[in-house]
Amino acid sequence: MAKVLVVTSGKGGVGKTTSTAALGAALAQTGQNVVVVDFDVGLRNLDLVMGAERRVVFDLINVIQGDAKLSQALIRDKRIETLSILPASQTRDKDALTAEGVARVMQELREKFDWVICDSPAGIERGAQLAMYHADYAIVVTNPEVSSVRDSDRIIGMLDSTTEKAKGGGKVEKHLLLTRYDPARAARGEMLRIEDVLEILSIPLLGIIPESEEVLRASNLGAPVTLSSPDSPPARAYAEAARRLEGEKLEVTVPTERKGLFARLFKGRN
Amino acid sequence: MSLFSSFFGRGNKTSAPVARDRLQILLAHERTGEASESDLLSKLHAEILEVIKKHIPVDQDKVQVKLDRGNSVSMLEIDIEVPQLKSSRRS
Ligand SMILES: Nc1ncnc2c1ncn2[C@@H]1O[C@H](COP(=O)(O)OP(=O)(O)O)[C@@H](O)[C@H]1O
Ligand SMILES: [Mg+2]
Repeated sequence: MAKVLVVTSGKGGVGKTTSTAALGAALAQTGQNVVVVDFDVGLRNLDLVMGAERRVVFDLINVIQGDAKLSQALIRDKRIETLSILPASQTRDKDALTAEGVARVMQELREKFDWVICDSPAGIERGAQLAMYHADYAIVVTNPEVSSVRDSDRIIGMLDSTTEKAKGGGKVEKHLLLTRYDPARAARGEMLRIEDVLEILSIPLLGIIPESEEVLRASNLGAPVTLSSPDSPPARAYAEAARRLEGEKLEVTVPTERKGLFARLFKGRN
Repeated sequence: MSLFSSFFGRGNKTSAPVARDRLQILLAHERTGEASESDLLSKLHAEILEVIKKHIPVDQDKVQVKLDRGNSVSMLEIDIEVPQLKSSRRS
């Protein structure tokens, strides 16, 4: 039975698209059939982050409106055979995303894949609501920073009230993914503490992704960071998070400052 | 610092040109606002399917026509998955 997962946050720029690509690739690498779906109509980005932008012809809206079959719009990743992407439309407006249309496409995706990962747009409006509506699982992407935590709290409330699961008396299983975590700033006490974020949001922790220049490099190259630099700290953290999603019990490691001797020497004493 | 980082760090030096090239191809395409591409692919798909169907029973999902845009030329990828020819002839 397919699992539908939404990657959501309320706030923009926290790492939803980065996380969708990285987790999708990590899950697909274990041989499972994965599709990542871009719900950010009008501002699609997932195709770029995944390096599939040159191959987009049809998109989610085309499928919803019946201009294309789902199979025509799905783009198979060139590196991982079991990974596909369903792009969002760049030109249409959000109203083209109808609730019935989304339901139909999600049903079809459930039949074809093991994991359906929906990359939510920012905000709490229609687009974000449609992205989460069919979810069994939610990954709430949060930065250790006040406005992000506040928006995540709002999103958690929506996951508990306006989803199909919630309306049927069930619950969307929620996980917290703390991203853009800066160990150096954390050590200086300049960031919200992990324990505090966890206590405030009180949903289980899926992983902590450190802030890293490897993420920028990955998006430049058009590859999920788990593929472009699999040994980097963010890639390892994403790979571990993917294993937890698959049910493995792995302890979450808190990223620490990995600056070598040179960096410390050059930073000087303080 | 820059000496050390170029020795020990793998900066973003090498990835930025890739990013620029990718954007140039993408934006050149997006600015022309091409809708004809999807028309072309739909027509090709329908016609190829017709031709194949004359000889082999295929499902329409098994015929895939996809595009890969390049800087000066694009690639059309046509993928046709046919059933085991021997067994389909017998039935
Ligand atoms: N762990 C990270 N380290 C460094 N930069 C990151 C990290 N995660 C995301 N980013 C950067 O933050 C920006 C926003 O990320 P993105 O995934 O597009 O967020 P969203 O989809 O939530 O708007 C991008 O420029 C991305 O490269
Ligand atoms: Mg995004």
